[in-house]
Amino acid sequence: MDTAVARIEDTVKGYVGTVQEFAQLCGTAMTAVFRPPWYVRETVYYMDRIGVGSLFIVILTGIFTGMVLTLQGAIQLEPYGAVPYVSRLISTSVVRELGPVLAALMIAGRVGSGIASELASMQVTEQIDALRAEGTDPIKKLITTRLLACLIMVPVLTIITDGIAMFGGYLIARFSLSIDTFFYWTWAFEALRPMDFVYGLIKPLVFGFIVCMVGCYAGLATSGGTVGVGQSTTQAMVTSSILILMSDFFLTKLFIFIGF
Amino acid sequence: MIRFTNVCMMFDGRPALKDFTMEISSGETVVILGGSGGGKTTMLRLILGLLRPDSGSILVDGQEIVGLTERQMVPIRAKIAMVFQGSALFDSLTVRENVGYRLYEEHALSDDIIERLIVLSLCFVGLEDTLEKMPAELSGGMKKRVAIARALACNPKLILYDEPTAGLDPINTHLINELICRFQKEQHLTQVVVTHDLETAYRVADRLIMLHRGEKIFDGSVDLLQASDDPRIRTFLKPEEVLTEPGCFPCKDGGIRMAQPEAETIRGTPA
Repeated sequence: MDTAVARIEDTVKGYVGTVQEFAQLCGTAMTAVFRPPWYVRETVYYMDRIGVGSLFIVILTGIFTGMVLTLQGAIQLEPYGAVPYVSRLISTSVVRELGPVLAALMIAGRVGSGIASELASMQVTEQIDALRAEGTDPIKKLITTRLLACLIMVPVLTIITDGIAMFGGYLIARFSLSIDTFFYWTWAFEALRPMDFVYGLIKPLVFGFIVCMVGCYAGLATSGGTVGVGQSTTQAMVTSSILILMSDFFLTKLFIFIGF
Repeated sequence: MIRFTNVCMMFDGRPALKDFTMEISSGETVVILGGSGGGKTTMLRLILGLLRPDSGSILVDGQEIVGLTERQMVPIRAKIAMVFQGSALFDSLTVRENVGYRLYEEHALSDDIIERLIVLSLCFVGLEDTLEKMPAELSGGMKKRVAIARALACNPKLILYDEPTAGLDPINTHLINELICRFQKEQHLTQVVVTHDLETAYRVADRLIMLHRGEKIFDGSVDLLQASDDPRIRTFLKPEEVLTEPGCFPCKDGGIRMAQPEAETIRGTPA
């Protein structure tokens, strides 16, 4: 009995310790943004890797999401004779929810796991220690640069996903449902309120933060050689995906609460 | 240059260093000997401030480093260079960028001077033709030599080596031993070499310290070490004379234990 209690206590302590370490890492990485040296070249390099490198997958995600949403939306709207207004459904659902969430999930799969595996490999080959030995702050050099790149590029990729999804919806609406081009785009933008854009940009900022910091934490906490690298990569991917979905719900709830 | 006073360090409830005290003077090359898990690498990491001891005091170049923050450690680390066991070259950088890493980061010298220092350091280790290569293109021995060039480029007062010859062929082992000796003779650098390679230890050491399960069991010259009658030292230096029978293993206290599994267990049919 005592052993079981001790084991539960250890597990709880372990989780609390992880949350504490994660919060500490996030705090250090964010405060590092404001003190020199600033690694501008590295930040631009990661912006290119994260942004341009993820362009293809977010374009594919956007276009197919928009197309399938139009097909499904048209089926649901047909009994009410509202198929021509399908673009309202597409634009609101894509800008408010699907664009940010799907882009973030795809970026978590590609970028988050990449960050985790890269840092994990550096950790097990003593490169992080070598950086410290060379007088470099690894948090500034490796984490703050990636964090800034994610905070800039994830919203940009989300805007691209939103645009491409609406374009994908247009292709189906025009060529499969014979909806007029002017009609489609007019109603697509008519349905959106200015706050929807704000709302659709705050979410990717939060998601970008989650993807980067979870990946960095998993990478830096790696131990146990190549097995550890694999575990960190999986852990980063799973944790960031779950946190994206959870935070999406709470952000939506918050926005509704404050009257957005 | 370095002074450890009653340093204790535990890992997962197991002592890595027990009440460890030692002193290393400037210009001295000290070899830390000992088996795997003996606390040798822990000692190097403590000097660099990569780990913090549970208790005790560590002075580096006259300054107490226990309790310093990462930022306060930066000027102390500027005097130290470390050659890691796996070389720890930065994968994404070329040899040139690896060797000149600290110089580029410090922004204290012009690019021309940095370039000259990089080439000089690489010439010293005989790898001046690898400037544009990536670490993945180098052999194990070359990586170690580039790591030594990286250490040398920043003009340190103290160089720490973690198993500098582990896993290398005899030629590379010889080359690295000679480099350590040259630093000693030509530049009078203080050097701490952690190894379990006796050939390296005998070749480069001014003084030897032997660790056994976190405890210092010897501090003295090569001759004194070889003459020691401590069973733990004798087992380490000449295992073939002590562990003579098949199934013999060394004990914690330096004695010998016999592990003779049941014949049936070996065949997979336990009694």
